[in-house]
Amino acid sequence: MTNPGSTLLSVRDLKIHFPIRGSQGGVVKAVDGISFDIPSGRTVALVGESGCGKSTTAYGIIGLEPVTSGSIQFEGREIAHLDKQSRRALATDIQIVFQDPSAALNPKMAIGDSIGEPLVIQGWRRDERKQRVRELLDLVGLPEAYAERTPNALSGGQRQRVVIARALALSPKLLVLDEPVSALDVSIRSQILNLLMELQKELGLSYLFISHDLSVVRHLADDVIVMYLGTVVEEGGAEALFEAPQHPYTQALISAIPLPDPRAQRSRERIILKGDLPSPLNPPTGCPFVGRCPIRIEPCGTIRPSLQPVPSGTRAACLVRAPATLAA
Amino acid sequence: MMTETAQRDETPVLAIKDLRIQIGGLDVVDGVSLRADRGRILAVVGESGCGKSLTALSILRLLPKAARIAEGRIELEGTDLAHLPEKDLEDIRGNQASIIFQEPIASLNPLMRVGAQVEEALRLHRGLSHAEAQREALAMLVSVGIPDPQRRARQYPFELSGGMCQRVMIAAALICRPRLLIADEPTTALDVTIQAQILDLMKRLRDEVGTSIIIITHDMGVVAEMADDVAVMYGGRVVERGPVDTIFAAPAHPYTHLLLATVPRLDGHRKSALRTIEGIVPGVDQWPKGCRFRSRCPLATDVCARRPSLDPVDATGHAAACWHKDRLREIA
Repeated sequence: MTNPGSTLLSVRDLKIHFPIRGSQGGVVKAVDGISFDIPSGRTVALVGESGCGKSTTAYGIIGLEPVTSGSIQFEGREIAHLDKQSRRALATDIQIVFQDPSAALNPKMAIGDSIGEPLVIQGWRRDERKQRVRELLDLVGLPEAYAERTPNALSGGQRQRVVIARALALSPKLLVLDEPVSALDVSIRSQILNLLMELQKELGLSYLFISHDLSVVRHLADDVIVMYLGTVVEEGGAEALFEAPQHPYTQALISAIPLPDPRAQRSRERIILKGDLPSPLNPPTGCPFVGRCPIRIEPCGTIRPSLQPVPSGTRAACLVRAPATLAA
Repeated sequence: MMTETAQRDETPVLAIKDLRIQIGGLDVVDGVSLRADRGRILAVVGESGCGKSLTALSILRLLPKAARIAEGRIELEGTDLAHLPEKDLEDIRGNQASIIFQEPIASLNPLMRVGAQVEEALRLHRGLSHAEAQREALAMLVSVGIPDPQRRARQYPFELSGGMCQRVMIAAALICRPRLLIADEPTTALDVTIQAQILDLMKRLRDEVGTSIIIITHDMGVVAEMADDVAVMYGGRVVERGPVDTIFAAPAHPYTHLLLATVPRLDGHRKSALRTIEGIVPGVDQWPKGCRFRSRCPLATDVCARRPSLDPVDATGHAAACWHKDRLREIA
């Protein structure tokens, strides 16, 4: 475990662009210059709607998408452009859990072999592997006997426990969780969320938590980063961000989540945005949110705001709510 | 505003009575009764495999081939759809009752302009000319909030966003001003800001057109936002039903109670251990005899091996199928 609170992962001005093939050319700026830190032992959540770049950011960090420019440092070491061998070595430090556990497991492989596979790749001996798989099953709350079973004998929640066990096999420091409960039944989600919270406490893990579900994010995250069209529009501690969101997009996003309480829901003020997310092929020139923003002013169409601290404790990229950029 | 009792005395728009649906000899929906009242929204809530979608599909007899209605009545303003000949059903679908689905893009014809898809029901059921149907379809596209409707009507589904496609589906479903709209997870595939738009639209159209809505969902937030009445399903049965405020404030079935308690809330305690429901949702062939929730229920006793009936809790229409309604506070 690294010192709690020290920076484990540091992302600076990360860009991941995808060129478009064909006569028209062009480039999709899926992630367009974002920066954030993940302190050791904490949960940082990336939130936003489809196409905002949250998953692409995660894939860039674990090396599944090539980074166009910018820096990703893990414990001070640059990892944005590693060769295959160094990437494999890094797998002992950073692991990922995907949304759909059924797609993440080989249906013909026994659970124990799936969990032990990262150990094979790192050259563990057979008896050591067996012992470690037993420990891991216990850690995620599955009976040892499950090692012999195949995924189809397990429920969705149990499969996600297996995927988490496999991700923990090499004792990583950082776990990237890409919508880890979205594919699960409602009555199963809380079991997995509790497990993730317990594991973090027990093993001192850091999480990068990708989710569109803000109720879950608020429950788990220490820090929250709100993305829109490949950029960060607001970031801050979960408490401040949910208590007093400043960016109009963050406000709309939080207000769009219906509370499971009809009386409270009826008396709540709702912000209903007009229109759709703009095409990432053709983003607006100024603020990316300008087309749907209820409080925009004239300069928003031309000036791209940068993140500025606001009194409520978060940092927002908004000319109206965080106007320091006007002076700059 | 109508009082609750006056409301209940009126003939419902839809009354499902003791519906049983079988797949391969197994009762996947087992004795479900529901009613949708005029101008009200009924939410049917439950997890995967609870039978909510099959129940919804059965109303317009859209069940997959493997499934069949084994028993029960589905009365749309008195007409029993469960036993209606197929050709008579065609007069009802899209006309008196419509359905929209989770994946709007999969529900629209990819090779047909969206305007024509909205017009189709009008020409089929009302015998309108092309020009008349076109005019009404455009007006409908405007009222579901499609910007630049003349241009959009000439486009194909792939040219529209998911939220836009769901608006088109809703326009097509409501163009004949049906008495009943069935919405099967209508916003599950959409982003939250788009979900807010679509839910808002459905409520507005309910007010304007007076259509009764049955919304099928797994999301308790959507239930709270939309419903007047709620039916909670588990294991192919309705385990609890009642007015929305009662269901949330004073659930009488342990499953409803736990389901509400497991969800992290925007206004809840952060980082605390969440309430869990033990075990897994059993498969159709593994449901226990008697109460089907008893294998996961913290209150279960021997009596639960007998099937509990859906008994009234009070006079407001609140009912729950549980032997241990009086012991609920033990799990609170």
